[in-house]
Amino acid sequence: MKKLMKGNEALAEGAVRGGAMLFAGYPITPQSEVMEYLSWRMPELGRFFQQTESETAAMFTVYGARQAGMRTFTSSSAVGISLMQEAISGMCAKSIPGVFANVQRCGPGLGFALEGQGDYLRDTRGGGNGDYRVIILAPNSVQEMMDFAYEAFELSEKWRNPVEILSEGKIGQMMEPVELPEFKPTARAIDGMDGVPAEVLLDHENPNFVKNLGDKIAAMEEAEQRWELYRCEDAETIFVAFGLPSRTSRGAVDKLRENGEKVGLLRVISAWPFPRKGFEALPDTVRNFITVESCVAGQVLEDVLIATKRVTKFHDAKVYGLYSGAVAAKVGQIMEKYYAVQNGNCKEGF
Amino acid sequence: MAVAKKRPTLTKDHGFCAGCGHGLFIRLLHEVLDETGYAGNFICVDGVGCSSNYFMATTKGSAIESHHGKAPTIARGVKLARPETLVFTYQGDGDAYVIGLSETLNAAHFGAPITTFVINNNNYGMTGGQMSWTTLPGQKTTTSPGGRNPEQTGLPIDPLQMAARFDAVAYAARGALNSPRNINMAKKYIRKAIELQIRDGKYAIVELLSPCPTDWNMAPVKAIEWIDQEVTKYYPLGEFKGTEE
Repeated sequence: MKKLMKGNEALAEGAVRGGAMLFAGYPITPQSEVMEYLSWRMPELGRFFQQTESETAAMFTVYGARQAGMRTFTSSSAVGISLMQEAISGMCAKSIPGVFANVQRCGPGLGFALEGQGDYLRDTRGGGNGDYRVIILAPNSVQEMMDFAYEAFELSEKWRNPVEILSEGKIGQMMEPVELPEFKPTARAIDGMDGVPAEVLLDHENPNFVKNLGDKIAAMEEAEQRWELYRCEDAETIFVAFGLPSRTSRGAVDKLRENGEKVGLLRVISAWPFPRKGFEALPDTVRNFITVESCVAGQVLEDVLIATKRVTKFHDAKVYGLYSGAVAAKVGQIMEKYYAVQNGNCKEGF
Repeated sequence: MAVAKKRPTLTKDHGFCAGCGHGLFIRLLHEVLDETGYAGNFICVDGVGCSSNYFMATTKGSAIESHHGKAPTIARGVKLARPETLVFTYQGDGDAYVIGLSETLNAAHFGAPITTFVINNNNYGMTGGQMSWTTLPGQKTTTSPGGRNPEQTGLPIDPLQMAARFDAVAYAARGALNSPRNINMAKKYIRKAIELQIRDGKYAIVELLSPCPTDWNMAPVKAIEWIDQEVTKYYPLGEFKGTEE
């Protein structure tokens, strides 16, 4: 039976059912419902909830508890995730798993507290010091908020690497019916993390560390790409989007197909690793790509440019971007952009 | 007749500078771990600075290297996951009282069931002797070459006495690692703090003044005297909370 839930609550419940034994967090709009929900839900199940003094402290609490064997979860938004980067970088350095969510708002600095996708480049490139990557799943529905949080724990333990749920304010705030999955165990000891001597935890003292981390990043990139193709057969123009804009783009594809236009959608599900293989699966007929993003300057666009370099058949494809700022582009805006590109009234996006 | 003291099971030769207090602290800590029976059931969250050399001075045992100032927060997480394990932080003054001031005081405010040990040597030792908030007025460091000027950089900070005022703090004490008498007192403080966690799950903080001959540019003997003559003017010794027990 399905239950009507708010996106942020589904995210929280997904983490609970995925096995989170500890939530540590700090309030920030538009994700505060996550911690409000868990403030009663965790104690109800005999689990731990901690409101910390900052996002930095939230992530470091998670960092400590996960090293000691507990499945942990935290969530924040935009600038709060910036404050967590020191700990995220540290977790990647020491191969500590962990799950966190970024319910994005828009813009630099304090930004606008509604929605947005402005954190894409920061999050997909690591975001903290040194080079590392975090596996990033981008839901576009309340059901996926639940499902991605639910499976993220095992994914992060499989790679011993943090996993991020990259969502948006509006997905966090909207309500949809969801199917609730079964409960998973709350604790899982990881090799070398259960009462181990100091030297095991100090992974970066290992001379093979850089090589190992590099190998791991390459292996994750190969194995964890996720995408969805919609009406791409015989398409000449492909919209590329993740999150909420991938839903409005889907609407635009339907409308444009009704008008006889050859368009399709490549929906990015794993923001990192970026689904290059999804481009390989597209038909040879594609000539244009249009990214649809809630940001002020092209971000997904950069990854699409790289993908067209890596997939030989698209070396000559043109790449355009629709950046709708704080609010996801509406169907009409996307159609307008498409016709502007068709009529040669658009500059390429680089 | 002199009696040879048995070496604690975890202790091995360390790489600290001659005359430094860190090695003394680790020795005392390991003695207390042996005596309380927790030598095989503890996790040390060490700070960034000279305290991050902990792993060099111990034969075995679990240590988690933290980020700068974040040890109390990490320790809170570790203790949640392993309530039966003794969890303490081992930090310097720059780590616990400057960059980690928020983390230290917040853990104290919560009454987190952990123990914090701060080795205060009035400067950033590991990075080569820069000014800390604990540096004495007029004390020369590599970033206060004319001596610390309190008009610009304030007087030495004392978070230990701030923490002592929080209800949730069970024990707060300051000792010094500069004489046999003080070293014996320091061990009592360490022991009391650890027992409070083991027995009652209470928060305690112990600060130990340590000589730093290398970065103070003093002979070890002079550094020991300097603590009594100058440092204790700003950092008085004793128990500030929990004396009744």
